[in-house]
Amino acid sequence: MHLLGQRLLRAGNSGRRRRLPGRRFGVDLAGLVIIAVIAFPLYWMVISALKPRTAIEAGDTTPYPAKVTLESIRRVVVGDAFWLYLANSLIVALSVVVLSTFCAFLAAVALTRYRFGSRTKLLIMILVAQMVPVEALTIPLFFLVRNIGGVVPGLGLNHLGSLIAVHTAFTLPLAIWMLRGFVAAVPTEIEEAARLDGASSLTFVWRVLFPIVAPGVVAVSVFSFIAAWNDFLFAMTFIISATERQTLPVAILRFFQPDGNDWGAIMAGSVLMTIPVLIFFVLVQRRLTSGMAGAVKG
Amino acid sequence: MSRSTSARPRSGGDRLRLRTALRTGRFEPWLYLVPAFVVLGVMLVYPIYQLVLVSMYDYGQPQVTGAEPLRFVGADNYRRLFEDPRFWEVLSNTVIFAVLCVCGTLLVGIALAVLATRLRPWVRTALFLVSLGAWATPAVTGSAVWLFLFDPTLGLVNQVLVGIGLDGFAGHSWTYEKWSAFGLVAAQVIWCSFPFVMVAVYAGITAIPAELVEAARLDGASTLRVAWSVLIPMLRPVLTIVTIQSIIWDFKIFTQIYIMTSGGGVDGQNLVLNVYAYQQAFAANSYGLGSAIGVVLTLLLLAITLVYLHIRRRSGEVL
Repeated sequence: MHLLGQRLLRAGNSGRRRRLPGRRFGVDLAGLVIIAVIAFPLYWMVISALKPRTAIEAGDTTPYPAKVTLESIRRVVVGDAFWLYLANSLIVALSVVVLSTFCAFLAAVALTRYRFGSRTKLLIMILVAQMVPVEALTIPLFFLVRNIGGVVPGLGLNHLGSLIAVHTAFTLPLAIWMLRGFVAAVPTEIEEAARLDGASSLTFVWRVLFPIVAPGVVAVSVFSFIAAWNDFLFAMTFIISATERQTLPVAILRFFQPDGNDWGAIMAGSVLMTIPVLIFFVLVQRRLTSGMAGAVKG
Repeated sequence: MSRSTSARPRSGGDRLRLRTALRTGRFEPWLYLVPAFVVLGVMLVYPIYQLVLVSMYDYGQPQVTGAEPLRFVGADNYRRLFEDPRFWEVLSNTVIFAVLCVCGTLLVGIALAVLATRLRPWVRTALFLVSLGAWATPAVTGSAVWLFLFDPTLGLVNQVLVGIGLDGFAGHSWTYEKWSAFGLVAAQVIWCSFPFVMVAVYAGITAIPAELVEAARLDGASTLRVAWSVLIPMLRPVLTIVTIQSIIWDFKIFTQIYIMTSGGGVDGQNLVLNVYAYQQAFAANSYGLGSAIGVVLTLLLLAITLVYLHIRRRSGEVL
């Protein structure tokens, strides 16, 4: 505790006091080493995807791609129904983002811009819902989806609709919780002005409020997208026999073989699956921070 | 989040009347809540009810296909579970593994947040970007890379260890022994979850006014005293949130264990509650027993959540 305290103390003063250049260099050097360690698994993933299969099977340890080849990537993209899996993953993730954000935004409006009796109770319920171990619900959801499939085939087992439905529900509590902050930050004066100009409640919500909280919507959508994109458990449980409706996380596992994993293909698939998430993150990073700042300021 | 503007006196009864109409709208908020309620009701609340219900039935393959009728067995599944030494082993695995992950994540996250405050801006930006990358990496691909790095024969780690003269690591399997396997999975989990702690604690530290620390110093407080009486209390809300969040996340880990230990390790030595429930239901076809395990996990997390809510309430946070 003593050590931690001292460190925190110094941290609290940082940036306001000039330090000896030598010591500062040492800290930066330590930082760079740590950066290298954190980045290493991702780096190794990329260069392993670019190595020839023979090199990987010989246990090649050169820390840089001595001979770059797209062999493994081609094996994943051409040999398998990769584009199909990618499309499936994208359909699920993007549908979840749209549906979850839509429901969450309306709910956040109700919970922040209106005062009504059970409001606090609802908020606590949402907080609790956020912590339900959804993985434990696999069994009842499996039966539920199977039964719904008898009525609405698109939402049943082996259909992407089942994945969209469960992830929309699972991402909702956090999305409501986050959007609540953004919506609450919008001053009531704007609402009053819109009302005086004759805007109906619905017009105000969609034409005025929604554009204002757009940065927050983006921030929320990142979390929903990632949750749906990364899902492995439900994809494995719901898509049992229809291989053409598999999503990427489950598809990648097919390269794990009892008689020797095709590491080149696994790494190539992993790179292809990680890139969309990273792009998404980088694209919205700016909006993400400005959105967060907006939420905190309120 | 308090809106100070609403306290300002207003002119014109017009506006006042509008405000009250707005605030007391009985019907409108419920209309806006309908879509969320429908989705959550069908896909979250009803399954929870079903989970509890199924856990009280003898629900196996014959019942799934409809060959045999459902048989209500009350607490039988729970009795079977609590009498099974395997269950207690899995429960203790879950707790120890979660504690390992939580402590590791907090330690690394806090240490790097402190380090980040002392770094040159461009190094700090690099640290945050790289951490963002680890954070965004899907659990499946993250597990795959870590498995590859620690592969007995082709993995980089063993080859480097052999290269520096530790011949014992030639062909060494990191996932064969129970705690070494848990350790490897925990390392992967820490790698992809510390950024959340780091970002939150960093924001907390930068929000502490320097004047506060200096004032305490001028009053003659020792370093330890300043840390204990000023800094730790200021960071407490952030630390509480990241601790509870980490506990909740790490009790629920499924993908990493499932992939890195091939579904629970040698002879099920690496099972945690989530994976155990899944295996009981979908591999052994005992859906009733699997649901009972799910109920135990849910109650465990509910207890943690209630503690969290209690702390939030006590620290005076308004919902």
